[in-house]
Amino acid sequence: MNGQVKTSVPWQRHWLGVLLIAVVLLAVPFVAALGGQAWVRIANFAILYIFLALGLNIVVGYAGLLDLGYVAFYAVGAYAYALLASPHFGLHLPFWVILPLGAGIACLFGMLLGAPTLKLRGDYLAIVTLGFGEIIRIFLNNLNAPINVTNGAQGITLIDPIRIGEFSFATTSTLLGIEISGPQKYYFLLVALAILVIIVNVRLQNSRVGRAWQAIREDEVAAKACGINTRNIKLLAFAMGASFGGIAGGVFSAMQGFVSPESFSLMESITILAMVVLGGMGHIPGVILGAVLLTALPEVLRYGIEPLQDALFGRMIIDPESLRMLIFGLAMVLVMRFRPAGLWPSPQRRRELAEHSD
Amino acid sequence: MDTLLQQLINGLTLGAVYALVALGYTMVYGIIGLINFAHGEVVMIGTMVAFTVIVSLAGSGMPPLLILGVGLLVSVLVCMALGWSLERVAYRPLRGAPRLTPLITAIGMSMVLQNVAMIVWGRNYITFPPMIEKHIYTVAGATFTNVQVAIVTLAALVMIGLIYLVHRTRIGMAMRATAQNPQVASLMGVDINRVIAMAFVIGSALGAVAGCMVGSYYEIAHYQMGFMLGLKAFTAAVLGGIGNLAGAMAGGILLGVIEALGAGYIGQLTGDFLGSHYQDIFAFIVLIVVLMFRPSGLFGERTGDRA
Repeated sequence: MNGQVKTSVPWQRHWLGVLLIAVVLLAVPFVAALGGQAWVRIANFAILYIFLALGLNIVVGYAGLLDLGYVAFYAVGAYAYALLASPHFGLHLPFWVILPLGAGIACLFGMLLGAPTLKLRGDYLAIVTLGFGEIIRIFLNNLNAPINVTNGAQGITLIDPIRIGEFSFATTSTLLGIEISGPQKYYFLLVALAILVIIVNVRLQNSRVGRAWQAIREDEVAAKACGINTRNIKLLAFAMGASFGGIAGGVFSAMQGFVSPESFSLMESITILAMVVLGGMGHIPGVILGAVLLTALPEVLRYGIEPLQDALFGRMIIDPESLRMLIFGLAMVLVMRFRPAGLWPSPQRRRELAEHSD
Repeated sequence: MDTLLQQLINGLTLGAVYALVALGYTMVYGIIGLINFAHGEVVMIGTMVAFTVIVSLAGSGMPPLLILGVGLLVSVLVCMALGWSLERVAYRPLRGAPRLTPLITAIGMSMVLQNVAMIVWGRNYITFPPMIEKHIYTVAGATFTNVQVAIVTLAALVMIGLIYLVHRTRIGMAMRATAQNPQVASLMGVDINRVIAMAFVIGSALGAVAGCMVGSYYEIAHYQMGFMLGLKAFTAAVLGGIGNLAGAMAGGILLGVIEALGAGYIGQLTGDFLGSHYQDIFAFIVLIVVLMFRPSGLFGERTGDRA
């Protein structure tokens, strides 16, 4: 479907678009830095969430498996990195060992959860994944006694940044005469990872596996009758989504230098799911839009609400933090109310919806 | 032995509360197949409203039981209104939308409710003023209070009332019909919109009662309390087979008892490797195990492609 649309665009314009996106992507960290490094960090989180949301998109958007515990895999990846590259156990493995290892462990957890539960349907699967996410978080919170594995609620600090030889991602250095800060370096790393996950998503969409997922999403019994090994294919979706979560977790650990169970609450799972659904399930540009909006909106509100209240009333009437989340919640309701298929649904899905409403 | 009896009593109390909240989830799910994620927040608002009423009446010289009754009544009424408006604002416009859409609005609404509660009641724990003088009874080495007795009795009464409502009244019949087949029910002259709204209103009323119970049992309330409570209650509903009233009641009580027993015995079972702060994981482990062997809950009928 998408292919047809794309070929109708002349190739020069196609490349122009790519060039434009590349220039914008290159410029973002330097423009954001004008407003302070905090904005670069926000941009980094936006991209990290794009990565996570696209990982979840494989599970929810393509295979139609409602996963409310996605953050568990993110947590597993983050803690794998944190434990293997921090003074906590005195281990300092390089990132190119830990990131794939973290992805592998997360993948294993995905299969561990998936194998017994994938015969459940819809809402039952949702609640089981949700429970799994909570179990992981509770364990992270409490595994500090009798053997201190996760250091409990305090979390793990002083995690090594990503380092290639002498080139550390945590410090500012000068490359080709341009001064480039730590967060900016992570920005480019994250962009590279995001491009990778986008490529995987695009390639999967129309592959044999991708079509099998879609078939399962639309009608599992029919898919089975067509000779699709539904169990293995569903497990594959789960494992793939989990691996991406694991990688994102590792990068998160390295970037923050600190992890604690607090970062992996159910709210986090829900936010990532909201990005997928709000943007447009199963549609890559939509999911990206959802991730960027849901990361940016709370931050914009954070910086916007205080001055606004100040200007309107001359003092703080309502606690800005709660007002911010309130507006965030309202925005979610309103978007879904007026665009039930998401902000930017795939053309195919939009057609299906139109047919259903007849 | 006394640990066992003690934990059974505690579990029964907690289970009664879970069961009432679980009924709210299961009624809505049974009729429109939607997880009302904001239900936990409705319970929280119920607790908070009861708290405000009780505190403001505490100095008025009214008898304590009357104050409690008024608090309960006001909180039930507020929650009914809240449940009704929730359905109107967040769910009714989305009927027929993709299945995940109402889930996201539900999450959005629960964020809104949580933050409204935080703005109104503050971000700190609030202490419930004890209205009834506590009596402690001891039976065979286990202790329980009159508050616990009141909670279990009230929960039983409310559940009997609900069963009567669903099985013996016209609106109950309409509800059961809608749950079976909305199209046919509407052809028979059932006003589907009214039935769905009723499910939300009744569920919220039960939630408010549960909220008051939690408040008077633990004597504290917090704007985030609805989240874990809602999660556990939903687990209970799924455990019993979601959409099934008796299942929700049984699931709630079962979950309460399992949790209490688990918290009481986990230290012994694991040689003090895991402590009672793992209490919260029992709900989920039991849930996963039950669903592995009975994918539609303990008492759920095979609904096939419902989800």
